[in-house]
Amino acid sequence: MSAPTVSFDREGAAPVASLCGDWTLQGLEGRVDALRAALDTGEARAAARWDLTGIARIDSLGACLLWRIWGDRLPPTLDAGEHTLAMLESASVLGTRSRLATPQSTSFDSLAQLGRAGLSFGRQIGDLVALIGQLLLDLLHIARWPRDAPLREISANLYKTGVSALPITALVGFLIGVVLSYLSALQLKTFGADVFIINILGIGIVRELGPVLVAVLVAGRSGSAMTAQLGVMRVTEEIDALATMGVPRSLRLVLPKVLALVTALPLLVLWTSSAALFGGMVAASIQLDMSYGFFLDTLPRVVPIANLYIGLAKGVAFGLVIALVACHFGLSVKPNTESLSSNTTKSVVSAITCVILVDALFAIATRHIGLPGG
Amino acid sequence: MSAPVIDIRGLVTRFGTNVVHQDIDLSVEAGEVVALVGGSGSGKTTLLRQVIGLLRPDAGQIRVFGQPLFSGDALADRRLRQRFGVLFQQGALFSALNVLENIAFPLRELRWLDRATIRDLVMMKLAMVELEPRHAWLMPSELSGGMIKRVALARALSLEPELLLLDEPTAGLDPDRSAAFVSLIRTLRGQLGLTVVLVTHDIDTLAALATRVAVLGERRILAYGPLDHVMNVDHPFIQNFFASDRLQRRPDVTVR
Repeated sequence: MSAPTVSFDREGAAPVASLCGDWTLQGLEGRVDALRAALDTGEARAAARWDLTGIARIDSLGACLLWRIWGDRLPPTLDAGEHTLAMLESASVLGTRSRLATPQSTSFDSLAQLGRAGLSFGRQIGDLVALIGQLLLDLLHIARWPRDAPLREISANLYKTGVSALPITALVGFLIGVVLSYLSALQLKTFGADVFIINILGIGIVRELGPVLVAVLVAGRSGSAMTAQLGVMRVTEEIDALATMGVPRSLRLVLPKVLALVTALPLLVLWTSSAALFGGMVAASIQLDMSYGFFLDTLPRVVPIANLYIGLAKGVAFGLVIALVACHFGLSVKPNTESLSSNTTKSVVSAITCVILVDALFAIATRHIGLPGG
Repeated sequence: MSAPVIDIRGLVTRFGTNVVHQDIDLSVEAGEVVALVGGSGSGKTTLLRQVIGLLRPDAGQIRVFGQPLFSGDALADRRLRQRFGVLFQQGALFSALNVLENIAFPLRELRWLDRATIRDLVMMKLAMVELEPRHAWLMPSELSGGMIKRVALARALSLEPELLLLDEPTAGLDPDRSAAFVSLIRTLRGQLGLTVVLVTHDIDTLAALATRVAVLGERRILAYGPLDHVMNVDHPFIQNFFASDRLQRRPDVTVR
């Protein structure tokens, strides 16, 4: 391989520019700027004849470089080998630079983008409502034809979202219980109000913390998995394949997920709340010397049973929200990797946000129920 | 240059206990177009993936441009890979990038070309594969099957490779488009002086492009040579492979 070079010959009044060497991607590496500078002189512009016969090899890069240096045209007098000439002619598709300009952005674009975002949000809400409607129709369909019920899928989803989430939810619940109990005990001790630890833990965990904790864990764990699964099925056209076999996608893919999560989440809430209370009980016995028997005996007396019902109802509502949001974003994945990742993120973030929103609604709606003195 | 572009010696490939290749020797000279044919599961694509360096053979050696694929020197390995272009069966375009960015990607990775030059080079490549400048802003999901192959070919050509590897270049294209694609590859090969290795099932592609044919079967290379030479090798698989095709081309015989 020889380096690309430029030299100028003055034969009287008509100077000749001769190019030699390899004008290829490998040959030009690190020499582009130097060659551009060498060819951008008065001498080069005055050249009456260009001699390219010394060029051993030339590729698209060399051709495109020369084309631009010559001002988007071939020089009038040019000596070159057949191959070089063919390459230079293929560069002539470039034309002048302005012809290939990108579509320019205008000042209206940001306004248009805002409008697009608003419309897209409206469309998302519309799609979500349509999905809920479709699920209701599917439920009616199953009520009329029970044989079409996707029982195997429901059971598989119950296992995936419920059973396999047991260890992690128990661990997180237990640790949160320990932390909460430990921190509260420190405060209560200074007032000599040790016994109220049971009230705090009972109401806090059963009514509020248990359901929200589980919902956040499940949204991250199962919600993202649902979105990714449906998204990949869209990318690989599996959903279209199902549709052509006469299998409705909402009945077979969305409904089982929603039903399974609606069933599994209250059970997980019960399980996690128990684990958290157990953690709190252990910490209380260490920190405050409170016996397990006393803790268990006092709990039902200071925490009205309505709190448990509210917690379970929250579980059902959160499960519904998480599954609907996850499936909605899964089904709206476009067939590319970028859309898949962004939709999975959106799914988890929206699911958690919606859960908190619904939790606030619950707090307002149930403010007179199950609280001592409420 | 007398050294072969691809030199395979004593190649052995196993998947578990299943031996796919047993002591395969194959060399491809510069400027040739070699077609790998064989039945399903005979390891054509596996062989191609080993030449690209995506799979490591269990034994034996593959040299490309006289250099081993895994030299242990990351920089040398990278330089070697920049000397060949690969066209994957499904195109393997980056779905998050548009056509322009897809073709520009290998050029950007060089990190010494300026944006305007990269744009110019992409436009030249697009013209080479007979696409129009306005196609540059489309996303891969908006392209037809034939266009995906063309864009993928343009991307494979963007680093000015000396060796082009094609995995089923005409699979999934209708006969018209497949003939157009074959003639495009042939033109480019003439212009750029490429060495080409292709895996194919399609005998029309084979006849139109290949200067030599390698038939894979029974874990080895059954025959290697020019098409008319290979067609006359007396081996049941080879006879079957080409005979079924001859039958199909006779209009008076219906194939069931």
